[in-house]
Amino acid sequence: MITHEEWDLIIRPQRSWWDLRLGELWRYRDLVRLFVWRDFVAYYKQTILGPLWYLIQPVLTTLVFTVIFGNIAKLSTDGLPPFLFYLAGNTIWSYFSGCLMSTSNTFTANAGIFGKVYFPRLSIPVSVTISNLISFAIRFGLFLAFWCYFLLMGSEVRPNLWILVLPALVLMMAGMGLGLGIIVSSLTSKYRDLQHLVSFGVQLLMYATPVIYPLSSVQGIWRWLLIANPMTPVIEIFRLAFLGTSSLNPSYLFYSAFFAVIVFFIGVLIFNRVETTFMDTV
Amino acid sequence: MSDTVISVENLSKQYHLGVISTGTFYGDIKRRWARKRGTPDPYLKIGEADYGNRDGETIWALRDIDFDVKRGEALGIIGRNGAGKSTLLKILSQVTAPTSGVVRVKGRIASLLEVGTGFHPELTGRENIYLNGAIMGMTSAEVQGKFDEIVDFSGVEQFIDTPVKRYSSGMYVRLAFAVAAHLEPDILVVDEVLAVGDAEFQKKCLGKMQDVAGEGRTVLFVSHNMAVIQNLCKRSILLESGYIRLDGETSSSVSRYLSVDQSHNVFSPDRNRRIGDQTTKIETFTVWPNPPRTGKSVEFIFGISKPSTGNTHENIDLAVAVLSQQDSPIFQLYSRHMGQSFSIGPGETIIKVSIDSLPLAPGNYHINLWLGSGSTPIDWIQDCFVLAIESGFFEGGEYIESKGYPVLMKSKWNVVRGNTGQVDLE
Ligand SMILES: Nc1ncnc2c1ncn2[C@@H]1O[C@H](COP(=O)(O)OP(=O)(O)OP(=O)(O)O)[C@@H](O)[C@H]1O
Ligand SMILES: [Mg+2]
Repeated sequence: MITHEEWDLIIRPQRSWWDLRLGELWRYRDLVRLFVWRDFVAYYKQTILGPLWYLIQPVLTTLVFTVIFGNIAKLSTDGLPPFLFYLAGNTIWSYFSGCLMSTSNTFTANAGIFGKVYFPRLSIPVSVTISNLISFAIRFGLFLAFWCYFLLMGSEVRPNLWILVLPALVLMMAGMGLGLGIIVSSLTSKYRDLQHLVSFGVQLLMYATPVIYPLSSVQGIWRWLLIANPMTPVIEIFRLAFLGTSSLNPSYLFYSAFFAVIVFFIGVLIFNRVETTFMDTV
Repeated sequence: MSDTVISVENLSKQYHLGVISTGTFYGDIKRRWARKRGTPDPYLKIGEADYGNRDGETIWALRDIDFDVKRGEALGIIGRNGAGKSTLLKILSQVTAPTSGVVRVKGRIASLLEVGTGFHPELTGRENIYLNGAIMGMTSAEVQGKFDEIVDFSGVEQFIDTPVKRYSSGMYVRLAFAVAAHLEPDILVVDEVLAVGDAEFQKKCLGKMQDVAGEGRTVLFVSHNMAVIQNLCKRSILLESGYIRLDGETSSSVSRYLSVDQSHNVFSPDRNRRIGDQTTKIETFTVWPNPPRTGKSVEFIFGISKPSTGNTHENIDLAVAVLSQQDSPIFQLYSRHMGQSFSIGPGETIIKVSIDSLPLAPGNYHINLWLGSGSTPIDWIQDCFVLAIESGFFEGGEYIESKGYPVLMKSKWNVVRGNTGQVDLE
């Protein structure tokens, strides 16, 4: 008799593995919008220096890189002005690492609200990934400012049409950062100490990505290992687009895109699994 | 189409107690490593036996729950602490998933679980109202239309632009309730949260819930305040250790609840059934934990008094006799059987007797107490205590339900010969 009726919601012990529930997330897009707004407000409310910090930090980091890796260690920058080279790497890397780090504590940081109300849990990491775009935009604006300056000064910088793939690059980083982040967050719901490994791991990963050195300076087996890192094509193509040099065939971007999609779906699958009973363990 | 808006079928929820994993990756690795080398588990407490694959105990917070709720009904849920009320509401609100069973729901649910709903502490009251609306799946325009009403009802308009982390817990609940009740849910689920509001606000909330139910929407309400439950709900479910004990008219559920609560596991000696000169007297008798559970350790505690003038009473024996409800003897705990007796001096004496694993099926039992010397009673009290035992696990085996045999005994089962498999349950 019950089966003839229309139910809006059926609660069962476990959903099927393949039920990604992305449609539900879409229905809650207003909520995602509010979460993004919340992050945005929280970020402006924090300090007056808040927004400024987003400018100071990349400039300082880039200066340090320029001095240590450029002037002291004399690493190659493919003949590009070292400051611009490092700023480019830094700008793009920071979005990926930002997404990864800030989604990796989804469960632990939101235990309070998760214990009180239901909404698609995925809306939290998704909104975090979107609100990270704000700081990326600020950093990118900064990069553009220096880039214009170097262009006008007539340095060896040759922008080209690859600039048009920038949105795709951002999307790939979002997919990888979010996907890896929610995988980590699902694991941290069982093992709290993995949290500490995240920032360390991201740091290590940066050295395994051509952020502070060009791919062209690496040869042989190491080069192949670097290319296996799906962030490598993203960074290299970004520099190809804005600065005009890269030793990587742009078709490797398909590999990154493929990886981003896969890691995103695996992340969502694991996340949905953990989500249903996470609250019992806090 | 029938009017059923919530249908709960065979719902059970199991929680893991204690340590499932050590909670850290490092800890788990260390434990694995220790097991592999055969050294003792570094995370096991001393005295806690290591049964190899023992992964913590489990508890059934809900067991085979079945009920339906109709549109416009106000359903009360009552039961003692730990009966499973909050767990039931959490499953309905999708905060946690059930272990088995199905819940079917028609319409939108708004829930108020324990103190503090899904408010974000950094955001102001105003922003949180919109956030909660969105959490319930409403658009900002819909929330906008209700905004003034919400602020009005909550009575926190002065603080509406203050971050909610600065709110008092009463203000917090006021706003949370106002939001949940005004966002026009089809089903309103309220756990014991109103207790922190002041009397006036509680009254206002009850009025509001009555209105909500009157408008053809459904209310599920948990409270320990029986007067409130009786006021609001026609029908109530009494939960006991995860089972539905009674589902019916609120008046009968409430009186059943109160009768269980008040006269069981309480020392109530009857003067006419007390024998002996009482020169040494049993003043109090309690059981811990209350209620005791099948298969769990239990302690009976005597509070004994003796006038300060008298001499020390030598060779005092104590006994707790357990009888069925029909007063047939089941067993006794007699100090003399354990080779012990006491010499009780003037003043107050506390003596306790404990057993590791209570070998009695869930249900009610009568207790006789004995304080005597040899065969001479000094204070012998018959039928002075109704021991109400709740269900539990006996020796890790299956959930024990009373099937007419009150005594459980630890036993070993082995296949000696035969083409027969042996399976360990759970
Ligand atoms: N996350 C958890 N992990 C382990 N056990 C839990 C968890 N949550 C609840 N329990 C157990 O489940 C049982 C039911 O708890 P629940 O909170 O539903 O009780 P309740 O009826 O709401 O009690 P109260 O009147 O105190 O609010 C209790 O024995 C409790 O210890
Ligand atoms: Mg409760």
